[in-house]
Amino acid sequence: MAHEMELTMVKGNEALGEAAIRAGCRFFFGYPITPQSELPAYMSRRMPEVNGTYLQAESEVAAVNMVLGAAAAGVRVMTSSSSPGYSLKQEGISYMIGSQLPAVVVNVMRGGPGLGNIQPAQGDYWQMVKGGGHGDYRMISLAPSTVQELVNLTVQAFELADKYQNPVGILADGLLGQTMEPVRFPEIKEDPGPHTKPWALTGCKGRGKRIHTSLELSPEGLEKHNIKLQAKFKVMEDEVQFEAYKCEDADLIVVAYGTAARVARAAVDAARQLGLNVGLFRPISLWPFPSAALSGLVDRGVTRFLDVEMSAGQMVEDVQLAVLGRAKVDFYGRTGGIVPTPREILNEIQKVMGGEAK
Amino acid sequence: MSKQIAGKPESMSPVVTHYCPGCSHGVVHRLVAEVLDELGLREQTVGVASVGCSVLAYNYFETDFVQAPHGRAPAVATGVKRANPNACVFTYQGDGDMAAIGTSEVIHAAVRGEKITCIMYNNSIYGMTGGQMSPTTLMGAVTATTPYGRGPEAGMPYRMAEILATTPGAAYVARTHVADVGNIVKTKRAIKKAFELQMKGVGFTMVEVLGNCPTNWGLTPSESNKYVTGEMLPYFPLGELKDVTKEVPAGVHA
Repeated sequence: MAHEMELTMVKGNEALGEAAIRAGCRFFFGYPITPQSELPAYMSRRMPEVNGTYLQAESEVAAVNMVLGAAAAGVRVMTSSSSPGYSLKQEGISYMIGSQLPAVVVNVMRGGPGLGNIQPAQGDYWQMVKGGGHGDYRMISLAPSTVQELVNLTVQAFELADKYQNPVGILADGLLGQTMEPVRFPEIKEDPGPHTKPWALTGCKGRGKRIHTSLELSPEGLEKHNIKLQAKFKVMEDEVQFEAYKCEDADLIVVAYGTAARVARAAVDAARQLGLNVGLFRPISLWPFPSAALSGLVDRGVTRFLDVEMSAGQMVEDVQLAVLGRAKVDFYGRTGGIVPTPREILNEIQKVMGGEAK
Repeated sequence: MSKQIAGKPESMSPVVTHYCPGCSHGVVHRLVAEVLDELGLREQTVGVASVGCSVLAYNYFETDFVQAPHGRAPAVATGVKRANPNACVFTYQGDGDMAAIGTSEVIHAAVRGEKITCIMYNNSIYGMTGGQMSPTTLMGAVTATTPYGRGPEAGMPYRMAEILATTPGAAYVARTHVADVGNIVKTKRAIKKAFELQMKGVGFTMVEVLGNCPTNWGLTPSESNKYVTGEMLPYFPLGELKDVTKEVPAGVHA
């Protein structure tokens, strides 16, 4: 791998793997599924070079539970999958959150529902952002839109997971996973290790035993546990991230994340050339959702939003919640693994704005 | 001078268990704890609890413990052991957990030769959920979900230890029972061997222990032990089904 800070051309999935290693991750448990398969393949090649462990599990279910075990033992650990496989990981994610164990889980989204197809899509927003597994829980979910951002957010994800003893999700899509772009990697770090985690299961030599469980049979006990988790999630809400592009004077703001935001940015630039005051608001943390920032735009006088997704409309509900009826929210989406073109989005912008140019 | 002839193993926590009167889970817990004591492994052990009657095992062993989702204990144990190869890692599962929902996880842990020990308490029934048919329920047995007796439409009970013994990664696989004192001693010997071979890094180890379920079988403790020896043993033969330390290497003529 390239020396740190050197600019190299890397495919999204492989960049994600290298970024994890740079962040100190030395354990990867995976299972092949398109369009994320380059990631486990990269890890199988790279992990032995850094004395790490790559293991191909028999299923996504097994992989996420291996992650649970390694996380309990106190190491930085990651698993990745794509939509149908990510569905299978929900059980383990719920247990990890209930047991307060950190890990990084990646979903390189493809078209759904069911087996769907292997083209890029954003139909798993609800699953990743609203829960997916059982029980009341929250998980920081980060949505990069470039390969460099994928690298940066992957490194951050490991820090956030350890900070909150909670899994952190990375929500990419097939296009980002397959895109090659020049990136700079940070310097390689070692895993801080189990000795930095006063809760790690290392054997009880010289101390009392430690237990990680999500089971609490008494209703009062389980409610107390939930109140503790909710208080943690409340603190996690501070980890909000977004990008506001040309929003200062915008009359219409396009809201999009990930690959859809890349395309929307080109549409916004084209609209500006036509004299339309359009901006792009790009949530980077999907949970916590940047509701306050969106609401602030309404305070500033923005009355129209256009939410663009590669889905039938999922994040749009969070946009609507953020503006609480104080602004009009339109939606444009493509499904089936179709990435909208800048032209399509520009057409929608013009439609919403009544074709008016200033 | 007094000599202590009985006591609690250091690897058992000083608590009362939730197990029903006459249930053999406590016996098997104690055997595992005695083995951990005798091998000096307590302080480097991470146990993995399963889902079922033994879900609260983490309260009873005086070792580090993590509780796994239903059936996933061997996958969780894989993660713990890979992260910490010096740890002594064991799962404690029932027949529902291992032989139904967790079949995939245990078979592949064995196939990979994970250096862990899996204990399966086989009482041929789902105890925690109220006595439903499990994959090891005997033909004709009446359970909450086979009210007319297990018939052919529900399939035949299968033998997990034999299946695991066929995997190349398995170093030691045995089936024992704890319905009488002599066999309790034999069970302990098998569990000890499994832990020893795990710690020697030889491969995957598993002991299937036949035990009772007086509550869900609707029998007294002594009747239930007779069911183990009279009804279960003919279908689930005892023995060391695989022991690589006894095998003659391929190509060597004995």
